[in-house]
Amino acid sequence: MPESITMEVWRYRPERESEPTWDSYEVPLRKEWAVLDGLNHIKDQLDGTLSYRWSCRMGICGSCGMTVNGEPKLGCSTFLTDYAPGPVRVEPLHNFPVIRDLVVEMGDFMAKLPTVKPWLVGDDEPDEDTEYRQTPVEMDDYKRYSMCINCMLCYAACPVYALDPEFIGPAAIALAQRYNLDSRDAGAEDRRDVLASAEGVWACTFVGECSVACPKDVDPAGAIQRYKLTAANKAVRDLLLPRGAR
Amino acid sequence: MAAWHNVVIVGGGGAGLRAAIAVAEANPKLTVAIVSKVYPMRSHTVSAEGGAAAVAGDDDTMDEHAYDTVSGSDWLCDQDAVEAFVVEARKELLRLEHWGCPWSREPDGRIAVRAFGGMKKRRTWFAADKTGFHLLHTLFQTALSYTDIVRYDEWFVTKLLVHDGRVRGVVAVELATGRVETIVADAVIVCTGGCGRVFPFTTNANIKTGDGMALAYQAGAPLKDMEFVQYHPTGLPFTGILITEAARAEGGRLLNKDGYRYLQDYDLGTPTDEPVLRSMELGPRDRLSQAFVHEMEKGRTVETEAGHVVHLDLRHLGEKLVDERLPFVRELCASYQNIDPVHELVPVRPVVHYMMGGIHTDIHGATPLTGLYAAGEVACVSINGANRLGSNSLPELLVFGARAGQAVAEFVATVPGAATAPVLAQGRDEERRLVRELSGRQHSDGERIADIRTEMQETMEAGAGIYRDEASLTKALDKLAELKTRFARASMDDASRTFNTELVAMLELSGMLDVATCIVASGLRRKESRGAHQRTDFPDRDDETYLAHSVISRKPDGDWRVEYLPVTITRWPPGERVYGR
Repeated sequence: MPESITMEVWRYRPERESEPTWDSYEVPLRKEWAVLDGLNHIKDQLDGTLSYRWSCRMGICGSCGMTVNGEPKLGCSTFLTDYAPGPVRVEPLHNFPVIRDLVVEMGDFMAKLPTVKPWLVGDDEPDEDTEYRQTPVEMDDYKRYSMCINCMLCYAACPVYALDPEFIGPAAIALAQRYNLDSRDAGAEDRRDVLASAEGVWACTFVGECSVACPKDVDPAGAIQRYKLTAANKAVRDLLLPRGAR
Repeated sequence: MAAWHNVVIVGGGGAGLRAAIAVAEANPKLTVAIVSKVYPMRSHTVSAEGGAAAVAGDDDTMDEHAYDTVSGSDWLCDQDAVEAFVVEARKELLRLEHWGCPWSREPDGRIAVRAFGGMKKRRTWFAADKTGFHLLHTLFQTALSYTDIVRYDEWFVTKLLVHDGRVRGVVAVELATGRVETIVADAVIVCTGGCGRVFPFTTNANIKTGDGMALAYQAGAPLKDMEFVQYHPTGLPFTGILITEAARAEGGRLLNKDGYRYLQDYDLGTPTDEPVLRSMELGPRDRLSQAFVHEMEKGRTVETEAGHVVHLDLRHLGEKLVDERLPFVRELCASYQNIDPVHELVPVRPVVHYMMGGIHTDIHGATPLTGLYAAGEVACVSINGANRLGSNSLPELLVFGARAGQAVAEFVATVPGAATAPVLAQGRDEERRLVRELSGRQHSDGERIADIRTEMQETMEAGAGIYRDEASLTKALDKLAELKTRFARASMDDASRTFNTELVAMLELSGMLDVATCIVASGLRRKESRGAHQRTDFPDRDDETYLAHSVISRKPDGDWRVEYLPVTITRWPPGERVYGR
């Protein structure tokens, strides 16, 4: 194994340069080092001006989404040795405006998230002394969609979001489905207008890139397809059945 | 320009979100803002794995949970706080359930509970081994339904504004633009979590830099029991990533290099095939981490490139159980250690995990500084005393986050309006200071921020680790003073106002040097061994002198003073901590 590897890092400092540039750094190649460790080495030892987000370095906080050799990845869970002998090219996540260097603007997702009402909508006030019963089988129905860490890799991978920024997007729809499919929830009707809109599930052309990119196996593409069936069934029933029988 | 809210909450993790919801529920007319240096769902609550304790089954009682907590704390907790905590913990966990938290279930749909270290009954609720993740996202998503909660995402608070002896707001930097804003408030709740990053090897995320402790200390609020730093016995070598105690609760065993369950040599019980509560691998964290050090001194640990390790053996649990109960452990071992715990031994070693100490508060989250409240790991109520039991921290941040929110809602309804002009003037002074910091550190002859930080971390590990003594602590204190001097002249490469993470690192380090000093100074004064504070020169517990909380506060000249406050004992007089017998 060579002792070092070249990291080519996409740089953009709006106060200094109007166009992005690439900077190249030589970092130690150690078997334990993730791409994030390489960036931290650059930041701490070589160039304090490099900006990127990171926190837990164990793949659960969702901060360090970035593009590594063209693919959306979590920097903390992607290892340098997998790219040896290099170079490793690191860019910000695609499909987002860039604030600086590897830091993207994710306000769009943060604004869309509440529109799908990702919280439990109860039928009535629960008894404060006891839990809602929910069997493991019932939990399996939504569990996968509850694993989303909001890392934005699915938006970076999504060709629809690239063309249509109004698309609610994979993670937000998966989270809506996480609640729709929860046996304790009664809010599916409240979420319907947004999910079944032109910018909801119907905007998705089922490319499936989101589920490939997802580091937590959430399968947002599956969530979207499942909702399309639900929405289509509902539309047909609305058309065919008298109101009382729907 | 200044913003104004009735209540400003610094930090958007579990405690901050719970406090915000509590304020909104207590009085919907109040405006409440969460100011967080990261998007709330990035907060470190997300990394908690094993579970959250609260009485669940018919075989368990509030008193038993309280007793386990009190004895686990080596009697340094306040028992009135613990008694309130155990009752409200159950209510809070049920509340989380009603908000949608996907707690793991029994086949009939009831909440499932698992064993945990130092707990005599099974009472740890869990969401597989991603309990903190689910708890945080449930809280965050629920908070989204409260449209009155305003968020300042990715804003870094640099100062608490104090006027006339009362906290009146904060100054914060918006990271994306570098804009400095004074945010006036009737009350501030600090919920910024712990400070594991003052040590080199920690489970804590990069953001766990003790910012809130430093803000409170610099504003004149005292810090309590800062010498009590929890080492978790099972972190992955090199990264320090946590392998949850739940791995041992499900039956995992700790083995030395000879494959021997060494905990039996340290008064923790006798090995059995099935895990026994409050025994062996289910002993408390302080005792297990201390046992590791003794094993290492006996030459019975395994030496690796990343230091000495012992082994966690999960192989006998089987793939099905691991995948159902410990999927994250398997995922982490695969990604970061390149091993499969279903078939291989997991190398582990003690790792800095949690601060028992923090901002001194009463059982309503109020600090002695009027208008300042704190909750969660940043605070010290104290229910944790000299050693926190695993799975008490998640219910703690819920119970005391909610309490602080309710107390603040009452407080702001009663306080008179006050002049804002002097507060705004302070805000402008702080903005000028920040501009000076940004432009004044662009010289090339200073030391790097990262180098001083690394030296501070190594100083803490060497001087204030699992075992300390007068010499090690004194040396650390001298070194920290030297580092503060050097820090004043340290340089930065980055003068930009746009997302300047070097500026954040500089501000964090400034606070960490204060927090580290408080840990060491408090440890130097406590001449006894209790829980996580082990002095080799004073190996025994000394209830005569030190059954008391240490309280450290900043003097106007920048020096500090350590005083002691009595421990509240209601029903459980100090006794021997007995595990495994």
